Amino acid sequence: MSDFLGIHGTALALREQRLQLLSANLANADTPGFKAQDLDFTSALQSALQPNAANGDAIEAASTGARFARPSSQPSVDGNTVDGEREHALFAQAALEYRASLTFVESKVRGMLTAITGQ
Amino acid sequence: MSNLPIFDVAGSAMNAQSVRLSTIASNLANADSVAGNPDEVYRAKQPVFRAEGVPGDASLAGVNVVEVRESTDAPLKRYEPGHPLADAQGYVYAPAVDPVAQMVDLISASRSYQANVEVFNNAKELALSTLQMGR
Repeated sequence: MSDFLGIHGTALALREQRLQLLSANLANADTPGFKAQDLDFTSALQSALQPNAANGDAIEAASTGARFARPSSQPSVDGNTVDGEREHALFAQAALEYRASLTFVESKVRGMLTAITGQ
Repeated sequence: MSNLPIFDVAGSAMNAQSVRLSTIASNLANADSVAGNPDEVYRAKQPVFRAEGVPGDASLAGVNVVEVRESTDAPLKRYEPGHPLADAQGYVYAPAVDPVAQMVDLISASRSYQANVEVFNNAKELALSTLQMGR
């Protein structure tokens, strides 16, 4: 099944991982000492698509490996590195990217359904 | 798809921010509650936030309210001999609550709350679209 979805199934799962990290950043915008985390999507996708990667764990491992702490443009006294507005913009962008991946997966599924039902 | 930890994250943040809003409301409401004894005066409360892993994924940080701490600022001493609560020297004690700082905190807390509601709604929409795939 994952072969059938091609790159899009993996991409969708990784985009969800990124959305989770960004939501955790926004949630902790007022937590002292919290360091904003982000996911390097390109390198995560590359390592998840390695031929020797195990199927279910590959996404987990790739997203953990591609995490990095994003430095803040404005240092704050309490050590928190979350920029509210920037995080907002990134979340909106990431949600849009998720939607794009979802559309690709969906059109694959539709194509398969058409082939199965023959209508 | 996982068991949607974004909802846990955004939910914990909304809970934390609403605790913060409640303490601010309590501080502002009691800003004028005077007492005849410095030990009985209302003390401003402030929640302490800490990032903590959500149930499904320990590496994903939600917000936890560790404690609600009481301010250690000394109460304000006012000379009001006509006040029914005044002590023998004619003093009453008011809590050291700065209404301006509390209002600023209130705006910050409600903005953060709104941001998390937005995250929640966005995640909900995305999850619904994913569930309806192929229909």
